[in-house]
Formats: sequence, C-alpha cells, structure tokens
Amino acid sequence: MIQMEQSPPPALLLDKVDVAYRTRGRDMRVLSKVSIRIEPGEAYGLVGESGCGKSTVALTVLHTLPGNGHVLGGKLEVAGRDLRRLDAPALRHMRAHDISMVYQDAGRALNPSMTVGRQLLEVFEVLGQGGQEAVERAHAMLARVQISGPARVMASYPHQLSGGMQQRVVIAMALAKDPSLLILDEPTTGLDATVEAEVLDLVADLRRDFNSSILFISHNLGAIASICDRVGVLYAGHLVEEGPAQQVFSDPRHPYTASLLRCLPKAGLTKRKSALETIPGFLPPPGAIIKGCCFAPRCSMARQRCHDESPPAYDLGGRQSACHYHDHVDFIAGKDLRPVVVSAPAAARQPALALDAVSKTYHVGGQPLHAVRDVSMTLQPGQTLGLVGESGSGKTTLARLLLGLVAPDAGGRIELDGEALAPTAAERPTEHVKAMQIVFQNPDSALNRAHTVRHLIGRALSRLAGLRGRRLREEMMRLVGAVRLTERHLALRPRQLSGGLKQRVAIARAFAGNPRIVVCDEPTSALDVSVQAAILNLLAELQDQRQVSYVFISHDLGVVRYLADRIAVLYLGRLMELGPAEAVFTGPHHPYTEALLSAVPSHTGRRNERIKLKGEIPSPLNPPSGCVFQTRCPRKVGEICETTEPPMQSEDDHGIRCHIPRAELGRLTPAHP
Amino acid sequence: MTAQTTMLDAEPGSTPIVFEEPRIRSRWSLLFRSGTFWVGAIITGFWACCAIFGPWVVPLDPFADDLMNTLGPPDALHWFGTDQLGRDVFSRVIVGARDILTIAPLATIVGTICGTIVGLVTGYFGGIVDMLVSRVIEVMVALPLIVVALLVLVALGPSTPAVIVVIGLVFTPLIGRTVRAAVQSERDLDYVDAAQIRGENALHIMFVEILPNVLPPILVEMTVRLGYAIFFVASLSFLGFGIQPPSPDWGLAISENYGVIAGGYWWTVAFAAGATGSLVVGVNLLAEGIHGALTG
Repeated sequence: MIQMEQSPPPALLLDKVDVAYRTRGRDMRVLSKVSIRIEPGEAYGLVGESGCGKSTVALTVLHTLPGNGHVLGGKLEVAGRDLRRLDAPALRHMRAHDISMVYQDAGRALNPSMTVGRQLLEVFEVLGQGGQEAVERAHAMLARVQISGPARVMASYPHQLSGGMQQRVVIAMALAKDPSLLILDEPTTGLDATVEAEVLDLVADLRRDFNSSILFISHNLGAIASICDRVGVLYAGHLVEEGPAQQVFSDPRHPYTASLLRCLPKAGLTKRKSALETIPGFLPPPGAIIKGCCFAPRCSMARQRCHDESPPAYDLGGRQSACHYHDHVDFIAGKDLRPVVVSAPAAARQPALALDAVSKTYHVGGQPLHAVRDVSMTLQPGQTLGLVGESGSGKTTLARLLLGLVAPDAGGRIELDGEALAPTAAERPTEHVKAMQIVFQNPDSALNRAHTVRHLIGRALSRLAGLRGRRLREEMMRLVGAVRLTERHLALRPRQLSGGLKQRVAIARAFAGNPRIVVCDEPTSALDVSVQAAILNLLAELQDQRQVSYVFISHDLGVVRYLADRIAVLYLGRLMELGPAEAVFTGPHHPYTEALLSAVPSHTGRRNERIKLKGEIPSPLNPPSGCVFQTRCPRKVGEICETTEPPMQSEDDHGIRCHIPRAELGRLTPAHP
Repeated sequence: MTAQTTMLDAEPGSTPIVFEEPRIRSRWSLLFRSGTFWVGAIITGFWACCAIFGPWVVPLDPFADDLMNTLGPPDALHWFGTDQLGRDVFSRVIVGARDILTIAPLATIVGTICGTIVGLVTGYFGGIVDMLVSRVIEVMVALPLIVVALLVLVALGPSTPAVIVVIGLVFTPLIGRTVRAAVQSERDLDYVDAAQIRGENALHIMFVEILPNVLPPILVEMTVRLGYAIFFVASLSFLGFGIQPPSPDWGLAISENYGVIAGGYWWTVAFAAGATGSLVVGVNLLAEGIHGALTG
C-alpha cells in the first residue's frame, strides 16, 4: 500500500493485519495481510461469503476477538491511534467515544428488560451527560433516525417495536456519541426488502449529517452498492479486490468478484433463458495452508503460476486486485449456459393445484385473526408459483394450509389434480401425502440431526414411495445422484455437511415420493449466493425432468423472477396481485407490488426512485377497513379505499386488486431484477 | 487440514462437490478430558467393584457373629471395629455396597423410562393432555417424596421389587418434567413438521425422530437421579422400609447402630455413613462430568 502522509489521519487503517484463532494448540489463520484504509467521512463496504472473515475484521477493530483469537502482526489504527498499544482504560475510552457498532440482529442487541429510553440514556451517561440534557439529546437522536413520537418509543420495551424500528434505535444509539467510525455488521439481514430499503436510506441520509466513517459489512452486494464509496472483497481471509464501489461492481478485476456477481440472478434472467453461474468447489477451511492464490482451486482461469505463486495486491490506479491476470478477468465469462427449462409451459390442461376461496382464521383472545383470507389461485403442472410479500403477509400460513399442517376454514377448497384435499395431512390418503412435499428455509432445523443422510432419504422413500430392500437402495442412489450428492454422503449426519449440501438432502427427501407439488419456503435465503445459484439450478432442472410444480416463497424478488412462471403478491393475508411473472414484473403494478419492486437494491447502483410506504404493516388483528393496503398506499384515491374492498381487475390472466383503473396503474422501468 | 477436505466428482461433467470429513473429536474425548468425570468414575467404580467382588475379597465373613467381641474398636484384625453382634464392620461396609448398587440403578432406570414416556407424550401433544399430566406432576412434586414412598411401601409391604418400583414412580414426574422441556423445544423444529407432512404417526415422531435428540439431557438427568436414588434407598433402609436385615446395607447398619454412638462406639455408624456419602458424591461428580461434556 502506498504510504500517504497527510492530515487528518484515516478513520481506520489496517495494514497487513494477520489474525488467527488458536484451536487445539494450532493457529488457524483467518485473516491474512488484510489492508484497509478508510478516510474520514468515507463509507467502506466489505463483502464476501460466510466464512471469509468479514466479522473477524469488525471484531479485530473493536478489539473484541474471542479468547482464542489474536492479532499476529500488522498495524491497526483508529483515527491515528495504534490499537495494539492501547491499555485497557484507553481502549475503553476509545470504544466509548470513537467507535460504534451495529449488529445484525437488533432484537438481540437491545436489552429486553430495559426500556429503549433507559438504554439510550446509558450512552449519554457514559459520555458524562445526565439529567434533562441527556433526555433532550435522546429525543433529538431518535428524531434524527426518523422515529416519529420519540417519547412513546423511549417508554417502550424492545419487543414492542418492529424489527425495522429496533434497528433504527440501535443506529440512534450508535450515532449518539458521534463516533469517528461506525461499523455496521449485516444490519439489514433478516429484514423485509421494504424495511431494508428504509434502513439503507436512513444510513445514507445520516452519512451526510454526521462525520462518521462507515465500515459496512454485508453479503448483500446491492446493499453495499447503494451505500458505499469504496468496497473491499474478502475471500478466505484475503482481501482479493478493492476499489471504488461502482468500478468494482461494474468492472471487476478479480475472478472471485466477477464470479460472485455472475451468481446473482441478473435482471430479467429466468430459468427459461439460462442456468445460473455457480462457483465450483468449496472455501478452504480456516487454517488451511494456501500455496499460491487462495482462489486458484475454484478459478476457471487459473494457470500454473496461480497455483505456485501467491499474487501481490496489484495497484491498478486507485484500486487493487490480488490476481496475476487481473487484465483478463473479462474473459472468464462463462461456460456455455443453456436454459434449464426447455419444455414450454402448458396451459389449458387441468391445473395441478387449485385453491378456491381458501381462508384461515386464528382466534387470539376471542378476536378473529385472518391470517389468510379468501385466496383463490391455480397452478399448472410443471410451473412455479412465486409467493411474495412482507413478513406477516400470510405466505407461510398459506404453505402450511397446502401441506395440511393446519386446517383451512370451512368453505374453502384445495384441489390437487381436480381432487379435493382433506384439511390435514393425517386425514389425507398416501397418494395425496406424497404428492405434496416441502423444502424448508433452514435445513439445520428441517433435517433431523440424529439421523444419517441414508436414514433421512431412506425413510422418505419407504414411507412415500413404499419401497423396500434392493429397490429402495437403487432408487436412493438415483435420487442422490439427481441432487448431485454421492454415496459417500449417505453415512454422514447433517452437521457434517455444508449448508448447500444439507439443502440438497432436503430436496432429495422432498422428491422421494415423486411429488406433484413441492412447497419451497425460502429455500436459499440461508445460503451464500454461489450456493444459492447451484440450488436454484437444481430446482429448475428437477422441475424440467419431473414436471413438478413449485410454490416458491421468497422475499428475494430476483430469485422469484428467475424461477417463477406465475406470481402471487400477498398483503395481510389477502391476494393483492396475481398473474404471469412477466406481467407482474413489467406492470401495470398494484401499488404495493410497485413499492416492493422499487425497494430492491441493485448492485449496479442503478435504482429507481424508491416508492416509500408510510408506517408499518398494520396488525392483522385489526386490519384496515375497505382495502387493507389503504393505510400505507401511496396512491390512495379517496374515501372509496376506506369503505369498499376493491375487486380483482383481471385482464389477460393478470389480476390486480385495486380501485385505480388498470391503465392508470404504475409501470416501473425494467431496471429491476 | 487440507487432507480433511475431500473432493468428489458427483457425475462426470457436473460440479464437483466438496465436503469436510467428520470431526473425529467427539463428545467422548471431551468427557475423558474432564477431571470431574474421572474422580467421580474412580469413586463410583471402586464401590461398583466392592459390590461385584466384595464377598470374595473381604478378610472376614460379614455375617459371622462374635458375641465375645461386640462393639470392639478398630484394631489390626477388625480394621473398622465390630458392631453390636461382633460382626466385622470393614467387611460389612465392603459387601454393603451390593444391595444399594443393585436397587438404586434399577429404580433409576424404571424412573427414567417412565419419565421419558411421560415427557415425550406431554411435550409432543401439548394441549389438554399436557395440562392434565402436568397438574398431576405438580401435585406429586409438591408432596415430600419420602412420605409418598413410605405410604406406598406400607400399603405394598417392603420388598426389593416394591422399593424399586416406588422410587421409580417417585422419580417419574421429576424426569418427565426435564424431558418435556427438551421435547417442547424440539417440537418447534421443522423436522417434526417434515415428518407430519410425510404422514408419520405420533409414535414414530416421538420415539424415532425426537427421542434421539433429547437423549443427552435424559442421560444427564439419569445420572443426577442415580445419586438421589442411592440416598433415597439408604433413607428407606434406615427407616426400616428398604433393604431388610441381615443385609450389611449401609442405611440399615446406621439404623441398627445409631443408638450406641452416644456410648462412644462411633465406628459402627461412621464408616457406613462415610461410604454412603462418598458414593453419592462420586455419582454426582460423574453426572457433572457427563453434563459438562454434553453441553460443552
């Protein structure tokens, strides 16, 4: 790195920092010669997949590495002060005044037994301010993070606030001391797209008001692109590329960055056009002795030199790349990717799945709660229905209704290939049970950790396909091959598998009985993008081979667009829009769909003017009158929205539940996923 | 570490899939590195050896009276002295491990099996079943256990099988509560839903899906209960409702001889009491070691 002597000193300077965790007497190196320089007022993004060392960077800067972690070498400075030389009181002073951290899960970062106000005042007390002055500053701080009614929020306990609100409070606490460095570690992961967009907007706004430099850690390339000036890409503890965010994302100079970007379902890409690119292989385990380039074993353009010679950080004028062949990264483009799904969508046949006026009402303290209300839709064989909506919209309840985990209200009807389904799985004949299976979001929870892969898949085969003995073994090998696992995996238990492999086991299990419908409940949201791409390819491939239909639940609209043939948008348990995927993405849109689409951050940095939704999703216990969306609708017409539930306006199989005539509904320019 | 990573080609031309070999470092190695576990294992193992081999290794016949030499103090022949009937206390303490180390483990196993069933059923089904059983459990837990046990033993008449069953029944609600809590947290996991979607019945879900995952807390609870069971058997024997004479059981020995401690004949009681205490401590250390290994 070029040494620049100028004032003021950088907000954060890491120079060739090595960090290792000591396990069983051996040092496992997790960061190797990481150099990061964040100038005052600059926002720096750090991306990489899980296990690359992103969070270790944050822990190192805060000097809060776990007991077995230690810095082996290198220089660490915050605002010109050498962190490694500070004694305990100086370190405490620095943490109290100079550095703030916002963690991923705001709900867990706040103390559940103290009011928000008390916790916020603590920050000022540490700074030596008390009494009325502190209260006033706390109010002002909450107002700065756009919380209306600070007094009410200060009197609340964390659990009384929504996830987005909690994250605002945490950000307010972090900024209250006007730190010189603010570290955000995955601050929007786990939030809905609309809430995520709000938090990102807030951080972008606050950057202008405060002088804080920002270290923004995320696996979400879009989130980084919308906030950061510069970006660093971490792979296996090495900073492989660094530079201005726009340049790095539009013109990557390291094959890892390029491959990562290619794994994302690009704008307009669908399973009918092309398979997704994946990164073959696996992240080297921590502590692995790496000879040559750390990415070489997975790199499609690696040559002998890459395996022998560790690449230095080549200076490319304002940006750096740790690749010997950084000039050739454009050429790695890919393998010849064929469309995964070739069979044309067959319409006019009998639908595989038909829902007619399906509702589910829970009773909470005597009050009815309409989790799903009056949903009617159909799904053709071999097609995918994308189910979209914020949390609390009823997506998961609808999935549970289909699977027979909860019984729908009387009056509704669910049909499978024209036959009515019994309300619960226990009452359904084997034929129906095996026809309707699920892939859960979190394979850690969905796979019984006590059983081996052989037992997990074997039980599903004997139970759903009725196989025994030799035929079961044959079918098991076929199934295991179909999801790209091997015989060696059969003896392992889930904890011995990586996230992607676990999800493959879950998919194999769902396909054991040759199902007609597979419900995919956020099957890739717990996975890294490269693994996500492989799983989406697999799902598309299985669909094409077996003509299975998917009900695909996801909050990631890019993923939905890639896989879905039809899309249903839910809000407060009501169907807001339903139609062919192309029509839903190109418009005209329901105002709610339009807001959802506009909230998606894109890593190209191009982003439509975001349509902001007012307030939060109302309580389903007390839904708004008339149109349930009217309290937040940016295009509310008037009284009719409050009194009359709008009809479903249908045209060309594309229904929109809104009072506004179709022709006047918005259309977003297609810059979206 | 690199050697642990294996690369496999799933199919010719397909993406290679890599996985890490299972970590060899299992819970056993964690257990065997625990000092607590080893101290407990040595104490418990010592008494277990006494129970198994005692009759063949004791220097004197533990049942032989010597009315010429009653209440003799410890000396070269009678290391722990003699009791009121002139029997050798050392031999009786060694052989006395036998009955208690038969009854207490059997009672614990009865209690663990019943408690596991109760816990699985209440935890899995929840609702009205859980509510009813939980109220019964609360009533049983509220009563002093020894009183409940005495009442049942008075009704059944004291005998070894009766003692085993009574202690097992008394432990059932206690173990049941632990298992129920563990089952409830398992029940929220998606694999239970997946089994239901697959059309499995409740028995399969409880015993094949959930049970293997709640075994660690059951094992810990079982070892903890074993310590209590030893204490419980000794107490019942002391009260005359447990192991019956002429067994050299420790509780019984204390009961037979505590009247003479005031006369200065401490050795008739002290060694039996010390033996009971050391066994309980040993089993508890064992339990703590297992607990540490399973949760650590």
